[in-house]
Amino acid sequence: MKYAAGIDVGSTQTKCIIIDENKQIVARALTDTGANITRAGERGYEAVLAAGGIAREDVLCVVGTGYGRFKVSFGDLQITEITCHAKGASMLFPDTATVIDMGGQDAKGISVQNGEVVDFVMNDKCAAGTGRFLSTAAETLGLSLDEIGAISLQARNPVRLSTVCTVFVESDIMSYVAQGKKTEDILGGIHSAIAARTIALVRRVGLKPAYTFTGGVSLNVGMVKMLEEKLGATLNVSPDSHYMGAIGAAVFALEHALSAAAVS
Amino acid sequence: MTETHYQGKLHHLQKELMSEYYAALTASANGSGVPAAYLLIGGNPVELLRAFDILPVFPEVNALQLAVRKQSLPFIQSAEFMGYSSDNCAYVKADIGMYFGGRQTPFATIPEPSLLLCNYVGCNVYLDWFGHLAEFTGQSAFQLDIPFIRTASGEPSKEDIAYVLRQLHHLIGRCEEITGRKLDEDKLREAVRLSSLTGDLWAKIKHLTKRTPAPYDAYFDSVTMMAPLYCLRGTPQGLEFFETAYAELLAKAEAGVGPLEKERFRYVIEGPPPWPHLRAFRDMFSRWDAVAVASTYSTVGGLWEFGFTHDPDHPLESIARHLLEWNLTNRNFLQRYEQIERYLEEWNANALIIHSVKSCRLFSAGQGDMREYFTKRGVPTLLVESDLEDPRYFSEAQMRNRIDAFFESIAHRPTREGVTA
Repeated sequence: MKYAAGIDVGSTQTKCIIIDENKQIVARALTDTGANITRAGERGYEAVLAAGGIAREDVLCVVGTGYGRFKVSFGDLQITEITCHAKGASMLFPDTATVIDMGGQDAKGISVQNGEVVDFVMNDKCAAGTGRFLSTAAETLGLSLDEIGAISLQARNPVRLSTVCTVFVESDIMSYVAQGKKTEDILGGIHSAIAARTIALVRRVGLKPAYTFTGGVSLNVGMVKMLEEKLGATLNVSPDSHYMGAIGAAVFALEHALSAAAVS
Repeated sequence: MTETHYQGKLHHLQKELMSEYYAALTASANGSGVPAAYLLIGGNPVELLRAFDILPVFPEVNALQLAVRKQSLPFIQSAEFMGYSSDNCAYVKADIGMYFGGRQTPFATIPEPSLLLCNYVGCNVYLDWFGHLAEFTGQSAFQLDIPFIRTASGEPSKEDIAYVLRQLHHLIGRCEEITGRKLDEDKLREAVRLSSLTGDLWAKIKHLTKRTPAPYDAYFDSVTMMAPLYCLRGTPQGLEFFETAYAELLAKAEAGVGPLEKERFRYVIEGPPPWPHLRAFRDMFSRWDAVAVASTYSTVGGLWEFGFTHDPDHPLESIARHLLEWNLTNRNFLQRYEQIERYLEEWNANALIIHSVKSCRLFSAGQGDMREYFTKRGVPTLLVESDLEDPRYFSEAQMRNRIDAFFESIAHRPTREGVTA
């Protein structure tokens, strides 16, 4: 069996995927990117090979994506995560028309047709609506990022945030804590504000179902529910949504390897 | 990917002529006795100054030259230290910082002004800029009040023209006071005649990029040629430059040579360049074999490619028309859309890039709607943001990511002719 690999070196985490010739995911690896981006790509690749018990020589092609894609020096191609998210989302959910991606630093909206990017928008120089915002909020409340989504679902009277600024949200949260507001209501307000902001961003490429939610924040059940409520539609979410960029990169790698084989 | 910039005679001539221009500025600063006028690029009426042998000084050109040479930041910071806001236009801050830094730049010593000619009123920040310069230099500012184009036809009214003409007569009076001599009408006609020939050549140069491959990059190379277009227009040297430029670029067009080895994408671009990062920005397009075939910013000081020409038989009226109608900054948004539509169609481009700048809210306001307008018409459109002067607002990784993703997305999309790029 031959394989193809996608390596998504993101701002916070490096996601690696290996697929087989039938586009089935056979191995995943998730590592922290850290300060050494070159090393992050290599370390992630080693981890995914080990996870799948796959030898390097059996991988036909490697595609790097994410901000650190140019540091995946052992890769054969570099493709932006925008194109890769569209590709990956369309492989897992062929009906995808809009991708909503919320990662560590980026929030994106991608309009997709047949797996190709038609248009895209991203946040610019502002981390509101990204994983970083949520981790700041979690930290301020003394909670872990993994638990805030589920807690937010218990909100009965969600607060209204005065800011979606990642820096100033801390003082906003502290003032609600001081007023004695319940943690779940504060978290409900936070999720609502960020979902609204993200939808406003994505609206610029058009809100067209079916929606596929990708990036690390897609693992947050509170955010999934809030986006679904505001969009009035169900989101495609997979346990592998976090890996979507790497999945798309792996699909590109496989296509590249197969077309190269066809030419030769 | 191999780039061929215009390194021929044209490049050397530009260096030589601009050095002479800057030497004249320095000489004026050192007491040569030649008076200098500060004026703005939008619709610049240099011909009138030529008639009085007054040196035109463009604070915007000085500011961008500082930015290209990566010298703008200390001046911006010194203006911020004086109290200018971080949100203020960085052209203004670089200029004010430079003024209080002794008017010393790597290319010239900028003379004190004998005339502060604020010839563009569309930007309230620019009005204040010249107001501040008036306070700092002790010269009163001469305000040319140029009404925006606000008619459906896109033409100025008779009253608008008469209004501007009256002000030009007042300006002539001011120039007569400064120089101590009456207007020489023959000299004015000659400057306008030279401008007319120069403008015609510039228009022909602009039309050369309709060819495939385009013989030069109509953004990165055009904006470079804006320096002689504004600083030397209305002089024999200015005309010589554009005669040489046209001959050289025509020869390239005839030989089928472009700025890149291969021309894969033809795009139109709106907005000023990020001057402090010009090289890096250019590379982001070159690596995709993408060539700009038209740019709106290169018409900020004058729009010649759609038929305007200065008329030596009606010198003041043609200067008034240039100020009112034939420069990008004074045109309304519908005209800006129409200009881009013509470029896309007639210059056969397959994408639109909008570079929005933080410094200039006047020019950038509405660009989000512009993106939507062209996207809805099926034109792949990318909006990116940074600044034209302040190097701190350019995030190379983010910019590159957007540009890469944009070209990835159109790489497999049929072009306007239905041919895959």
